Amino acid sequence: MYDTIIIGAGMSGLAAGIRLAHFDQRVCILERHYTIGGLNSFYRLGGRDYDVGLHAVTNFTPKGAKKGPLARLLRQLRFKWEDFALAPQVGSTIAFPDVQLHFGNGLELLEAEIASKFPAQKDAFQQLLTKIIDYDDLDEDNFGGSTREVLSETISDPLLVEMLLCPLMWYGNAREHDMDFGQFCIMFRSIFMEGFARPFNGVRLILKNLVRRFRSLGGELKLRSGVERIKVEDGKAVGVVLDSGEELEGRKILSSAGLVETIRLCEDITEADPQQAGQMSFTESISILDKPPKQIGFDRTIVFYNDSDSFHWEKPSDSLCDMRTGVICSPNNYLYDESDGDLPDGVIRITTIADSDRWSVLPEDEYKLEKLRWYDRTIASAVRFIPDFRGHVVDTDMFTPNTIRRFTWHDNGAVYGAPEKRLDGTTHLPNLFLCGTDQGFVGIIGSIVSGISIANQHCLRD
Amino acid sequence: MTPADIRDEILDILEDIAPDEDLGELKDEVAFREQLELDSMDFLDIVMELRKRHRVQVPEEDYGELASMHSTVTYLTPLMKDLQKA
Repeated sequence: MYDTIIIGAGMSGLAAGIRLAHFDQRVCILERHYTIGGLNSFYRLGGRDYDVGLHAVTNFTPKGAKKGPLARLLRQLRFKWEDFALAPQVGSTIAFPDVQLHFGNGLELLEAEIASKFPAQKDAFQQLLTKIIDYDDLDEDNFGGSTREVLSETISDPLLVEMLLCPLMWYGNAREHDMDFGQFCIMFRSIFMEGFARPFNGVRLILKNLVRRFRSLGGELKLRSGVERIKVEDGKAVGVVLDSGEELEGRKILSSAGLVETIRLCEDITEADPQQAGQMSFTESISILDKPPKQIGFDRTIVFYNDSDSFHWEKPSDSLCDMRTGVICSPNNYLYDESDGDLPDGVIRITTIADSDRWSVLPEDEYKLEKLRWYDRTIASAVRFIPDFRGHVVDTDMFTPNTIRRFTWHDNGAVYGAPEKRLDGTTHLPNLFLCGTDQGFVGIIGSIVSGISIANQHCLRD
Repeated sequence: MTPADIRDEILDILEDIAPDEDLGELKDEVAFREQLELDSMDFLDIVMELRKRHRVQVPEEDYGELASMHSTVTYLTPLMKDLQKA
């Protein structure tokens, strides 16, 4: 009998596991995939290491900062700041056809850019900041509400509204078109007020630290152990049945599988509403270059581009991918420690919005062909905003909503989960709880904090 | 454990929870919250560490007793006086 069974060995599940095991619970983490990490996993292909989800760790604060999610999670998990080896970004850009806004870690550069490129909006931006700082992320009643409404009340230039929404929606909005104001505030703080960073060795360093800690505390981790169903007796979860037929008993169950996906596993529910699942999924086109990107004139960490004055955040309506907007990231363009040297390869990663339904029904040979086709289109779209690097590409890889679904098990390969969040982590069963994406936190730091806070709230106190 | 032992033990827990804080300057009569950057998650940790290390249960309605070092030691003295110092 386990004290807590955790479904999913992503960031949130591992963090929850560490908390519970640290306080002497008997904990087992079950992972369907053959490796850990979920959306933030990694893989090796053609002799090279790749990250799945990671462009940047958001919520970066420097060593010694005592406030903010990063400081909080380090304390809660008893890690040192150095354990995550985070190197800050060089600098990032929001690129629209006629205007570019540069920003770095902390608000200073963004404020200066807005003052110079949108001088009439300078005061309005300060008013917006006040609203964002006043937002209490522990008060769940304020989470909903239209961000577009709040922004248009404050900022009178629609172009600036679109430019501010673009990176924040890209990095954490499960809802199409608009964004919950609470989610906007959380994303604004994590990206514009805190910032971007990356460990030299990518996400595997963070995962390795989490797993090592979890195991050293006596936690059990079972890979290739998909949960076939959650057993329910007398209105309570009593354990899980694995795909292999093996049964495990647990006093509590913590699931990072997603809201719809978790409910569907419960044997007392005959039909979970798939309409609730998220729709926003992506492709990622990865190019390996023969030299570091800065040697061909690309020195930004991340570029969020959009090719018109209005930004459309929606599932593509008539094609596999939407070429109007995307995110370009180079893992080379971080301020790594000199002792680390350079990454072995120059890398440029480009994300586009994709239609999971269309990708999922392609026959195998067509799937391969479409990947090649959309890789070319994606790069062609992106080089409208950054130097054309196509002559320097020595290897490529591309992943699609199908890949994301395989790593996360989320319906539709929905990267940020379902639009309706379950902030308190509760479900229809009194001892089954949600952590991770659908509990409301996104990003690497966010999902770790989610695991911690749900473990604290529901699994530790009795 | 004497009140002095309990104070040492609380310092040890705080060091664990907030390794970057300078605890040498801690004033016993002033609330932790005013001197250290502790949030509600950290307060839960003090309670949890007491339970883990000494099997001392602090019920939720008593969390307020842990506001400062002085009030914490006062509150814990009767609960921990029969425990052996580790």
